[in-house]
Amino acid sequence: MAGGPRWDRRNVLRTGAAALGGAGVGWSASAAVAATAPGPRTADGPTRVVGPSPGTETAPAVGRNQAGIATPPQAHLALVGWDLRGGRAELVRMMRLLSDDAGRLAAGRPALADTEPDLAGHPSRLTATFGFGPRVLRELVPAERRPVLEELPAFRRDRLEERWSQTDVVAQVCSDDPLTLAHAKRMLLKDARPFADVRWIQHGFRTARGTVPDGTTMRNLMGQVDGTVNPTEADPGFASLVWARSPEPYDGGTFLVVRRIRMQLDRWDRVDRVGREVVVGRRLDTGAPLTGRQERDEPDFAATDRFGFPVIDPASHIARARSTDPAERFLRRAYNYTEPDPRRSTGEDSGLVFLAYAADPARQFVPVQQRLDDLDRLNEWVTTIGSAVYAVPPAAPQGGYTGQSLLEES
Amino acid sequence: MRKTTLSAALLCGLLAPALAACGNDDPPGTTSSSPSASATTQAAALSVTDPWVKAAGSGMTAAFGTLSNSSDQDIDVVSASTPVNAMTELHETVENADGSMAMRPKKGGFVIPAGGKVSLVPGGDHIMMMDLEGPVAAGTTVTITLTLGDGSTTEVEATVKPFEGADEKYQPSDGSS
Repeated sequence: MAGGPRWDRRNVLRTGAAALGGAGVGWSASAAVAATAPGPRTADGPTRVVGPSPGTETAPAVGRNQAGIATPPQAHLALVGWDLRGGRAELVRMMRLLSDDAGRLAAGRPALADTEPDLAGHPSRLTATFGFGPRVLRELVPAERRPVLEELPAFRRDRLEERWSQTDVVAQVCSDDPLTLAHAKRMLLKDARPFADVRWIQHGFRTARGTVPDGTTMRNLMGQVDGTVNPTEADPGFASLVWARSPEPYDGGTFLVVRRIRMQLDRWDRVDRVGREVVVGRRLDTGAPLTGRQERDEPDFAATDRFGFPVIDPASHIARARSTDPAERFLRRAYNYTEPDPRRSTGEDSGLVFLAYAADPARQFVPVQQRLDDLDRLNEWVTTIGSAVYAVPPAAPQGGYTGQSLLEES
Repeated sequence: MRKTTLSAALLCGLLAPALAACGNDDPPGTTSSSPSASATTQAAALSVTDPWVKAAGSGMTAAFGTLSNSSDQDIDVVSASTPVNAMTELHETVENADGSMAMRPKKGGFVIPAGGKVSLVPGGDHIMMMDLEGPVAAGTTVTITLTLGDGSTTEVEATVKPFEGADEKYQPSDGSS
């Protein structure tokens, strides 16, 4: 941590750092804003140093990849979908402004012409990740620089609503702090306004930073441990699963699948704990497969109980999602959502903003989704109401903007 | 009028307001002057950080940013011009006797104190761009030429931003055209 903020390590250990993710572990993954974000002033009284504020942490882009993809998911999501009003020149101008905003805000500095610069000082691992929809690729990106992106096939069980459907541009904005996130989102919305109309904004959340140790698999609103089988950057296959290599201007890009999955939680309430575990094929407490003891134990789909029935129901979610083809995997980066909805008996609309990154969604994601669409016990309680795919270009070149390698000749 | 020849390093710094980086460790938007550029002109000692212009469809608009003086002598910014408008003035915002705010040309221009800086901000000192020859569109840049007290000049490439504030007297515009 040379050059980073100073803190008293003994006090870190003394003040229950386990809750903050286990001593230094939680701080190690990303850089921190050093000078720009001073801690609270303690003029009088005993100094209580508990470590660098998580607010100072940054999550910069690494190499050719945009930030916010391999970045361990932050606590809060704002996913913004825009429809463009203009052509390529207008998109270039929009992306220049948005990329500049993203770079400054992610570093903990105010955006240019920021009307609330005081809200920028605690990035809390803020990232803004940009993607382009299929129409943008077809109409605004020349063929020689255009990555291959097909719309998802129609799935039988989808009940898609226009208000959550495909847009031209997406920004996945994430931060561990909701106020920081709101400010960054507002800045991007303001700078996009001359060029594009907002179709939707999808907010999402995970547990607050520090509630559980970093690296803990998230839980969704059905109570399930959700995302156990998810590649991390440490896995040898991660790069080939996530990062596209061609065409050359797209090297380091990826593709984003957005699925807004509504949960029928009132009906889920009628299912007892045993039933819930059968539906998914995993235990609710640990997330372990029903044939295992720990979360990351490999499920044994051949195991039978004393009556000869499979322990893991072949129609359960994990049985249906699982593929013997190692290429049918992708990076999930999902967030829970709840929105007020007085029209529903529950008073709210709840579910999952399912985000998946893959180098080739048609090869990696579609077969899995097709199996789940055909048969998955979980389908009785979940319905996909929004669906979209985006090309997520490589990180902005130095001095440039995100998407430049697609929109302009280098 | 003597035109300063800027070194590549300084030029890069000045032209790199918001969007460009120069391969150094400065964060984008931070410009710095090179002491070796030319110690003899004020332009060599003046750097401009985060220059921006409010997008406007027609009429008038304004430019903002932070002017820093690395020399040990005050620098006067005496005038400014751009290719996109006919008349550019250096303005200050003052309070009238009745408490209302008004802007007016600042006598003597902006004085950037030795080793100090002056921030041009909405509601304060600013560069007033009148008689726009066309829309100043968000996401483009405007090159502003500042003329300094010793006659040297410096060019600043300012990013055009959508901005709601900065003077209610401006023509309403979404800056999109």
